[in-house]
Amino acid sequence: MDFLLVNGTALLFYLFAALAVLSAILVVSSRNPLHSAFALLVSFLAVAGLFFLRHAEFLAVVQIFVYGGGIMVLFLFVIMLVNLHRLQDAKIYGMQWPAALLLAVLFIGLVSWVVAGVQFSPANLSPAALVSIDGEVVGNVEAVAWQLYQQYLLPFEIASLFLLVAMIGAVVLARTE
Amino acid sequence: MLEITTSHYVVLSAMLFVIGLVGILTRRNMIVVLMSIELVLNSVTLNLAAFSYQHSDLTGQILALFVIVVAAGEAAVGLAILVALYRLRGTTDLEQASELKG
Repeated sequence: MDFLLVNGTALLFYLFAALAVLSAILVVSSRNPLHSAFALLVSFLAVAGLFFLRHAEFLAVVQIFVYGGGIMVLFLFVIMLVNLHRLQDAKIYGMQWPAALLLAVLFIGLVSWVVAGVQFSPANLSPAALVSIDGEVVGNVEAVAWQLYQQYLLPFEIASLFLLVAMIGAVVLARTE
Repeated sequence: MLEITTSHYVVLSAMLFVIGLVGILTRRNMIVVLMSIELVLNSVTLNLAAFSYQHSDLTGQILALFVIVVAAGEAAVGLAILVALYRLRGTTDLEQASELKG
């Protein structure tokens, strides 16, 4: 019991990490795109849990809303719209897997090399800046909102313009004549 | 006490990134390719949150929010392209869309 209490955060990290990686593998390896979609949902929720563990509460909730809600529904609707039975008995992997394997091995090698060479200072830093405005502790949502509207107002507005353009583009692309 | 450092997060997000990359490069079904792109963008977001915590700086989380915005727009446009492609061909198999192949 003591072990659980002392190492709770670390155990949660390993739980969510295993869940995220396993469901990501399922996304890529499932034959049925519907199974891929549900595995993707599990992966998104696991990553949201990992955000909570890094004091990114607002980001975690946005992840659940936008990915787990919006993007997931979009995928499910499109899977419903297209006929799935064409590819059922065909092979699911194309002919580019040697290149993919090479890239994957190279990338894993590169990241392992970098991570082995870099010593991050232990993350027992106080997360004060993540939850406070000008030294006053208020919580992550308020801190993010303050930062977003004070320092990053222009990118924020450009992001809304971007979403408008994406929406119009999607409507134009998918419309029937 | 077990310590979770930023290295753990970097390795985890690299694993998610590689899984997504392999999905993008190998799968034939365009729906699954789009899902793999979401996986890749999500791993980047996770990395940003981890470094935001490491440096005790909110900028990483703000940038992660913008990555989520871009991912949402990309999913909408990508799925619209998928629907248009399906109307044109009657399939979502990417190996059949090979007109631009040299």
